[in-house]
Amino acid sequence: MTDQAPALMILVPVFASLALTLIGPLGHRAAYGLLIVSIAISLASALATMVQVVQTGQSVHYRMGDWIPPMGIELVIDHLSAVVLVLISACALLTAVYSMHTARQDNPDRLNHYYALFALLVAGLLGMTATGDVFNLYVLLEISALSSYGLLARGKGKAYYATFRYLIMGTIGASFYLLGVGYIYIMTGSLNMADLAEILSRPELEASVSVRIGFSLIILGVWIKMALFPLHAWLPNAYSRAGTTTACLIAPLMTKVSVYIMLRIMFTVFSADYIFQQIAWSHLVIYLASAAAVLGMITALSQRDLRKMLTYIIVAEIGYLTGGAWLANTAGYTGAVYHILADGLMTLCLFMAVGAIIYRTGQSTAAAMQGIFQRMPVTASVFLIAAASVVGIPPTCGFFSKWYLLQGAVQAGAWVFVAALIIAGLVAAVMFFRLLEMAFFGRLEDAVSENGTENPHAVPPKIRLEEVPLTMLLPLVISGAALFGLGIYTNEVVQYLIRWSVPAGI
Amino acid sequence: MDELFYFIIAKYNYWAALVLLFIGLFGMIVRNNLMKKIIGMVIFQTAILLFIVSIGVKRGATVPILKFSPDKQPLLDATAYANPLPHVLILTAIVVGVAILGVALALLQKIQRVHGTIEEDEILEDMRK
Repeated sequence: MTDQAPALMILVPVFASLALTLIGPLGHRAAYGLLIVSIAISLASALATMVQVVQTGQSVHYRMGDWIPPMGIELVIDHLSAVVLVLISACALLTAVYSMHTARQDNPDRLNHYYALFALLVAGLLGMTATGDVFNLYVLLEISALSSYGLLARGKGKAYYATFRYLIMGTIGASFYLLGVGYIYIMTGSLNMADLAEILSRPELEASVSVRIGFSLIILGVWIKMALFPLHAWLPNAYSRAGTTTACLIAPLMTKVSVYIMLRIMFTVFSADYIFQQIAWSHLVIYLASAAAVLGMITALSQRDLRKMLTYIIVAEIGYLTGGAWLANTAGYTGAVYHILADGLMTLCLFMAVGAIIYRTGQSTAAAMQGIFQRMPVTASVFLIAAASVVGIPPTCGFFSKWYLLQGAVQAGAWVFVAALIIAGLVAAVMFFRLLEMAFFGRLEDAVSENGTENPHAVPPKIRLEEVPLTMLLPLVISGAALFGLGIYTNEVVQYLIRWSVPAGI
Repeated sequence: MDELFYFIIAKYNYWAALVLLFIGLFGMIVRNNLMKKIIGMVIFQTAILLFIVSIGVKRGATVPILKFSPDKQPLLDATAYANPLPHVLILTAIVVGVAILGVALALLQKIQRVHGTIEEDEILEDMRK
């Protein structure tokens, strides 16, 4: 069984997605059950593969249909992809469990079709991470993008236009990627990543203008997909108008997987030497990343809508990740990879907590936070943990990723990035302090009073506990605990997984 | 002058793809009508597909199916065949493009129902209300 784990991980959600379109008459419970079972199988396969990679210290190669690479498509799972695969399937499983009530609320009709798209998106993301073929990656990129358009458009009303803009931008991004792959194919005649790496390292191709253009187009396409400042305009609208479950699924994963692809293209297909010696865009990219981090956080601070605030935090976090990857040293790279994990969990946790608050209060403005600690103590505590992680307070994992990133930035002498990291952290602190102050001290009647006048002698109403149902609470608590867990086991994660994936030459 | 002429003519497939690419980008970014944006998107994608298909072409080459030359000798020389791989890749990419077009048209229909228009400025005005 473990031999087939890399294929099962991707194929089980694909077939579950097909089955889900057919089982409408069986009702929503059957659909919910099938979704959870299929993603749990993916998670088990991803974990089994990760254990195998850690134990043997070598990457797992799986030949699809036993065609020998570079002719056939192979799945390659090394230390880097193993962690990202576990992150994707774990986040998807938590969201699937969480979706029990919210998905039914957002999709009163044809819930099974919604879940079919959910499973297809997960399959696409897992495939993108596992594949060792650049064209296969394009196809899976489009599979996950298409299912995300379908999921986001289920937000109704204003979501349609936001999704349309995302579709146009996403297609431009993917097309640039395809064009870049075309250029690379013309020069090398290969599509397999390992084979490409070997061919591209030949000295006659190092100086080739076509290869350089191909690289630029691919990276530009990936940047559009991951919403790097200033290409981020599509993200906040598309994500903040989606349904709660959709936002919890897409927000943590889509952009992180795009960052993973950037790392894969930079360091597996091309090499660190080529990127930092021949291309040498580091200065420019680090300025962009710093701008993304600072401006993203400041824009987040100015938002009144909670979900929109979180989407701008994603834009800022993408800045951290990109900067870390382009610092060209081990600490920066470690920070970027570790932050993919940390930020995936943080974003998941924040979106789930805000989703729970919206589910109970029915409003999504910051005013919904008032008195949340009294009404929903568990949700509010998890929100507090996630906020601490975004700000970077130990022992949450957000602190450790920032620590590595700062270390890398100082080593590289990228003082702009150091300043951006610190300023963004401070702005995040102000933003969350404001919200948490409302959550702790905001009185319940403030949330309901309409004329805004305050009567100091009013008797406070009896506090009612209004915690969300267990299916929502459990994933929320697990993701909150994971933020601590990842923080406490930072050394192990870095030592057994990330350290192995550090590319040669940085 | 001759050199410039040769430079353009010898690589005419690249130039054609480039022109189509910019027509498509122009349509997607500048046009106000969402249907025209979709048309621009399709032209943009098609330009890339044509570009990649055109690199498989070889002068005087035949389809990559094993067959016999006029003197009944089996034709095993790789240079006699066109490269099939770009065609196969593009076949997949065409399917992807059709799926995107389908989703885009469905979304456009929904936008028309919600906002009553497919002009971008009017939609933005409608959303501000």
